[in-house]
Amino acid sequence: MSYLIDGKTGEWELVMGLEVHAQIKSNSKLFSKASTFWGGKPNSQVELVDSGMPGALPVINEYCVDQAIKTGLSLNAKINKKSIFDRKNYFYPDLPQGYQISQFEHPIVGNGFLVIETEDGQKRIGITRIHLEQDAGKSIHDQDHQNSFIDLNRSGCALMEIVSEPDLNSPQEAAQYVKKLRAILRCIGSCDGNMERGNLRADVNVSVRKPGQELGTRCEIKNVNSIKFIQQAIEYESRRQVELLENGQNISQETRLFDPNNGETRTMRGKEESHDYRYFPDPDLPPLLINDDRIEKIKSELPELPDEKKKRFKEQYKLKDYDAEILVEDQFVSSFFEELAEKRDSKIVVSWVTVELFSYLKKKDIQLQDSKIKSKKIGNLLDLIINGSISNRQAKEIFEEYIETDLEASDFIKKKGVKQLSDKSEIEALIKSVLQKNVEMVNDYKKGKDKLFGFFVGQVMKKSKGKANPQLVNQVLKDLLSK
Amino acid sequence: MIDFKNLDISTTKECLLKKEFSSLELTKFFIDRIEKSDLNCFITNTFENAIEMAKESDKKISRNREIRDLEGIPIGMKDLFCTKGVRTTAGSKILENFIPFYESTVSNNLINDGAVILGKTNMDEFAMGSANTTSFFGNVINPLKSSEEDTKDLVPGGSSGGSASSVAANLCMAATGSDTGGSIRQPASFCGLVGLKPSYGRCSRFGMIAFASSLDQAGPITKTVKDAALMLQSMSSYDEKDSTSSRKPIPQYLDFLNFDIKGKKIGLPTEYKVEGLNSDIVKVWDDTINLFKKNGAEIVNISLPHTSFALPTYYIIAPAEASANLARYDGVKYGFRENSDDLEDMYELTRAKGFGDEVKRRLMIGTYVLSAGYYDAYYLKALKVRQLISDDFKSAFEKCDVILTPTTPNVAFPIGEKQKDPIEMYLNDVLTVPASLAGLPAISVTAGKNSMNLPIGMQVIGKPFDEISILAAGKLIEEYRGF
Repeated sequence: MSYLIDGKTGEWELVMGLEVHAQIKSNSKLFSKASTFWGGKPNSQVELVDSGMPGALPVINEYCVDQAIKTGLSLNAKINKKSIFDRKNYFYPDLPQGYQISQFEHPIVGNGFLVIETEDGQKRIGITRIHLEQDAGKSIHDQDHQNSFIDLNRSGCALMEIVSEPDLNSPQEAAQYVKKLRAILRCIGSCDGNMERGNLRADVNVSVRKPGQELGTRCEIKNVNSIKFIQQAIEYESRRQVELLENGQNISQETRLFDPNNGETRTMRGKEESHDYRYFPDPDLPPLLINDDRIEKIKSELPELPDEKKKRFKEQYKLKDYDAEILVEDQFVSSFFEELAEKRDSKIVVSWVTVELFSYLKKKDIQLQDSKIKSKKIGNLLDLIINGSISNRQAKEIFEEYIETDLEASDFIKKKGVKQLSDKSEIEALIKSVLQKNVEMVNDYKKGKDKLFGFFVGQVMKKSKGKANPQLVNQVLKDLLSK
Repeated sequence: MIDFKNLDISTTKECLLKKEFSSLELTKFFIDRIEKSDLNCFITNTFENAIEMAKESDKKISRNREIRDLEGIPIGMKDLFCTKGVRTTAGSKILENFIPFYESTVSNNLINDGAVILGKTNMDEFAMGSANTTSFFGNVINPLKSSEEDTKDLVPGGSSGGSASSVAANLCMAATGSDTGGSIRQPASFCGLVGLKPSYGRCSRFGMIAFASSLDQAGPITKTVKDAALMLQSMSSYDEKDSTSSRKPIPQYLDFLNFDIKGKKIGLPTEYKVEGLNSDIVKVWDDTINLFKKNGAEIVNISLPHTSFALPTYYIIAPAEASANLARYDGVKYGFRENSDDLEDMYELTRAKGFGDEVKRRLMIGTYVLSAGYYDAYYLKALKVRQLISDDFKSAFEKCDVILTPTTPNVAFPIGEKQKDPIEMYLNDVLTVPASLAGLPAISVTAGKNSMNLPIGMQVIGKPFDEISILAAGKLIEEYRGF
């Protein structure tokens, strides 16, 4: 166990399970034909069921069922051939039926697992279950000082609640778990995994214990909607629990909220205020039956999953584990990489994608998918590096500007006047002048101070204002020094 | 004005087609009678619409084109069916001003078949009651009077009391009802009519305001068995908007006219000789048995051993479902709202003032039986008993074709009686509830009268989706009864 919390009384171990709510990517809602389009005019995508009108009845959206099956199969899980929809009863203004249709005792997906990378190697995280349920609408409190408003566009959208076993033991593991889960969901297309839009959000169950002892009392942190917040919330909450226990106090089982503004968690409701949801089978919906043919068909249509792809990338492109992992996190990124690496040295491609391209995207706060950057655009630039027209360093310098221009790579470097010095005689002249200025060092080098080679290269590059072709400089310098 | 009082639907239709009178004349006749009636049968009338519909029918008839099955037949619509643009209250203050923008499938089917809708009939609040005394719009009066005490107004039965009373008083030709535990059969029996509850799933529940979803089923209340078949034909449909709707093919119900009861086995359940069964009713039951014998049917004694558990089982399951079904009436989206600055207060005041006592009583029972700690002892056990009751019928139907029982333990009683003890009122349903729990079709047909000239109904219960047999058995009673 690598992650332990230092307390006054010794070390504490962290135990966590996550309940991830993933909105199913589907054009229509779980039990109605209303659109799920994000960003529509409030209450413009609402059918009778979604607004709880008298006499309205739910009808299952089979596409959403397929997505849950697909997700279950991708998480190595058992698909339950018979599952039951239940009503979860509570009053809230954005819950128009007065109950949420969910699955309680008999979920559509049973036990499964996924694998994450940790400092100690691979770790298998158990999935307890996945069930289907309706999302609630949205209450809006900040548009009027007296009234709250309700937007039911989200009401009835399909959610998968993906429940993990309490197998997570550090904030990093929790983050890895969510990242891996998101990668899988995106890869199979069952969820967009867009945490800012709330279509992936997590409830985190946190408890602490002395290593080897019984599980402690847990607190549930509700609705955390970014990986960074998940980590922060866990760090704060676990430390809070350790402090309470070390001061001789008890943890009370409760639901808490994470406040991103101060990085703290606070009580939302205690156990005594917890709802009695009075679950019972929804009499409007017969049991959901799934036959083997349907499962087999979905299985046969599954795309290459992130773990398989990672394995292939490591072999095919000779990638390091870390690089492969981040490339397969996003389906769009991995395809982009493969397009580039098809006819090029994968080493140069992986460094350009994961370093230059990613830092550009991060700076612009945009996803590759949304950036409109084509792989051909990057490829053309890489080709100029590979054929020696420009140096890697030059390419890095002009990269941002290049991305934002419409010019072809070759035209752009012409216009910018960027060119690599690749004329052997000119380079020879440059090197000679550097060596002449540093006669003593040349002697030291020849006596065995090999490290000075790099110094000479640096001086040559400096003198060429970075334009000299580094490979050629290396080659010619070696020749001259060995004479 | 012609006296249209004693016409049945098929005769009326013949006359309409022969142009002996018009639908407009017929419709105006009933409108006139409704206006003069003081039985409180209708909550909302739709006379203007009715006149337009009648004119439309007359047009079709005069052109002799596109004539539909119920062309120009004026009927009443129980106020449980949502009707587009027409106030739909379910007999409750909480929906006092609710105007749906959608049409229930059952009312839509009838309208598409040319029926003329005169108005929305009064009913027990949310169909909870057996005397039509729980309506927010006041109780309904049975047009029939006891020959001994003709000063006392009698109840029409419930919950479809307005429908039954309006047909009995010749305010319309037929009416729709809904039956959860006897709400069609019991008022039909009290008003001397035919009431048919089809198999669960035969008529769509879409747009029918839910009381107990696993039991609710629409059906007709008519003067004759043949009328019941005609109404049922129009009301029945497979509906993709109702997931519990049946895909079984719908027969031509008029085929019952060719169905010979000779040689069929009539089952008599010994357990239905319940305590408190009125002696007049026992006598009519015996007479009816003889009538079947005389017509060549075979009488077999059968056992339905779990009959005595049916009523308590029903009064757990129905309120449990209702407690969730009625949660949507919270003052937030539509219907009655009692304003308050505090959300919880708004909920509580709205529901306290919006619902009547009987509804509140059942919501409390339903909430209680689903609560943590009580669920297993009540709701879960009731589900198990419900299965046993279904199994009872299944094995009984191995020995017989239909089952013959009285519809109610008593005849219509004076308004105000049985009001103090809810249990006494609930006992009205003791003979109708078992078939509801098993989802079986059942018909009530008047078979005799008691010493005070009040009608006594016999119930015929059939195998699942065998409405033809119970119509045929009902027809035999209708034909040979001794009055």
